[in-house]
Amino acid sequence: MVLSGSEILIEELVKHGVETVFGYPGGSVLNIYDELYKNSHRISHILSAHEQGAAHAADAYARVSGKPGVVIATSGPGATNLVTGIANAYLDSVPVVFITGNVAVPMLGRDSFQEIDIIGVTLPIVKHSYVVRDIKDLQRTLSEAFLIAASDRKGPVLVDIPKNIQTDTCKYDAGLKVTLKSGESLPSDLSRFDEAIAAIEKSKRPYIYCGGGVTASDCGEYIMQLSEKLRAPVGASIMGIGSVPYSYERYLGMSGMHGRYAANIAQSEADLIIALGVRFSDRATGSTKEYSKHCQVLHVDIDPAELGKNVGPDISLCGSLKVILPRLILESRVNPSEEWEARIRDLKAAGSVWPTEEFTPRNIIHRVNTFYDNETVVATDVGQHQMWVAQYYAFEKPRKLVTSGGLGAMGFGLGAAIGASVARGAKRAVLFTSEGSFGMNLNELATAVTQNLPVTIILLNNGVLGMVRQWQSLFFDERYSQTTLNRKTDFPALAQAFGALGYAANTLGELDDILKSVPDNAGPCLIDCKIDEDERVLPMIPAGGTIRDMLIN
Amino acid sequence: MSEKFTVGIIVSNHFGVLNRVASLYAKRGYNIDSLTVGETENSAYSRMTIISTGDDYMKNQVLRQLQKLHDVKMVVLLDKESSVSVEQLLIKLKVNGTGKQAISDLINDYGGKVMDFGGDFITAEITGSSDRIERFIDSAREIGILEVCRSGLVSVICGTENILSVENIK
Repeated sequence: MVLSGSEILIEELVKHGVETVFGYPGGSVLNIYDELYKNSHRISHILSAHEQGAAHAADAYARVSGKPGVVIATSGPGATNLVTGIANAYLDSVPVVFITGNVAVPMLGRDSFQEIDIIGVTLPIVKHSYVVRDIKDLQRTLSEAFLIAASDRKGPVLVDIPKNIQTDTCKYDAGLKVTLKSGESLPSDLSRFDEAIAAIEKSKRPYIYCGGGVTASDCGEYIMQLSEKLRAPVGASIMGIGSVPYSYERYLGMSGMHGRYAANIAQSEADLIIALGVRFSDRATGSTKEYSKHCQVLHVDIDPAELGKNVGPDISLCGSLKVILPRLILESRVNPSEEWEARIRDLKAAGSVWPTEEFTPRNIIHRVNTFYDNETVVATDVGQHQMWVAQYYAFEKPRKLVTSGGLGAMGFGLGAAIGASVARGAKRAVLFTSEGSFGMNLNELATAVTQNLPVTIILLNNGVLGMVRQWQSLFFDERYSQTTLNRKTDFPALAQAFGALGYAANTLGELDDILKSVPDNAGPCLIDCKIDEDERVLPMIPAGGTIRDMLIN
Repeated sequence: MSEKFTVGIIVSNHFGVLNRVASLYAKRGYNIDSLTVGETENSAYSRMTIISTGDDYMKNQVLRQLQKLHDVKMVVLLDKESSVSVEQLLIKLKVNGTGKQAISDLINDYGGKVMDFGGDFITAEITGSSDRIERFIDSAREIGILEVCRSGLVSVICGTENILSVENIK
């Protein structure tokens, strides 16, 4: 079967189970968009307002569905607009295939109109990338791209397809099977498995620490089994939230700079940290010198380069959690300590009472949490509201929190909420955002309205760049440099201007009433919740600090 | 403790691979002291020899991060003790002060060859260890150096164990 490059792209997308792509047309992808037009019965396309929004939507789509997301953008500015989205997927190890058009091969390298060396621009933030210079390479390249994006430690792959490749023709081999050659797939190393078993047996105070790898490998069930067997508490990095249900009795929540008190204290008192699919980000560890000074670290990860990158583990195992966890559960001999269990119960009970009637971020999150079911996906932007959600929203299932963990990209949220809703067949998604983050990519309101997606936007509006203000307040003698926004935006009116529903809530009661009044088929709605500008995210361990530096009030 | 170390890499021989490898070093903040690249006996693959300076942590990271690149097929750390390494030097020397004979003698002492000469210059080629090449350059300073061009080190492991053979790529 002889097909054009654009036709080959469509066939490969279908072959890899792609039902929805996100993107924005332009001069260098006209041929691809023409094929999308002809194939709209096979692949639906979500048109964003800006390529960055499409990138974040595809990223969220991948996180929620577990399948690679796909983005299509034109050359030049279309491609450069993807950069933050690509970086975001890279740092959170999300499988996304980015397709960019480019000028025709003979025009490459001449600074042609809308020509950018996007491969060069994105080199440090992709798992892999390709420029297709010959139509004969296109099919194999696309197959490899999907395989690489979704294998081992997942990540973004970029395929740059010059315009003439989209129209050139070539034989298409429907039965083509591509495998990663041995040596390309990462090696596993279980040579220290017996030492791991011995360390677990010796431990009186084990602590299980889950990262994004647990969700990426769908291993939440195993974590519960391991925790039960070891009678060990479970904590999570921000990417690990949802690994086990929030209501699980041994779950202590997120640890790190803004981690829950119980999780941070338990981690600091443990004699063995069993770290699963984490990469020990500086926001999660504070001072790496102090982090594991008084305990052993058993680090399990699929990526050998993570073992010893940030925290030198005492014992490391390299490979998929799916393979290693069942063995650990089966072969562990345990020596549980009643004392440790009692200590964990006490820690968990501490500080769990708070005033519940005030219009504070914690209570707003709690109300929204109570209103929607456990299947509802919650996206966040970046800053204080993100940390409050990570701390207080009770995620009972994996793949329900979609947040920019590694990159911390303000503006991620709205595109992400759209992608999350689409991934669940246009079901309700919630976005927690703030004035600063929302201002970065609010143009995607247009996308949510056009697609009639039920996205509930909870705007925690304190009129300031809250997280930066918090640092200025704590470390810069309250010199609030450029963090008081002083904008006059009428957010409910703004939402309405886009064709969405817009509300303001000033009490928890009003918030409840609004949530109840929004019909399921009403498309997006925004609820502007004015909160105090001096609300802080606590506890807080200042950057590079230790548990002893934790600020609680 | 920081020390120089050599990494041998087999990579796909296509567009942009050198960039990818160099970018990895740059992004992680590792300095490249010397880099050579050339095609292997199989034109689908090239071989790189990269020398950089760093401690054990960095050495480990370089090896593991390189291994993750899709275009990198094999990576081996080439220990000084268990590998053979040479570098090539082309050097253009002034003839005025020192006589031609004295310069030729020095080149001969190092097993070098005269590649080109004129009334006021001699261009020589020397192959050997980097130490040897540095010693020659030092001796040549008093003669007067017009131009120096070093190839960078190429290196193979001793024996037949753990070698970077493209035949081992499946």
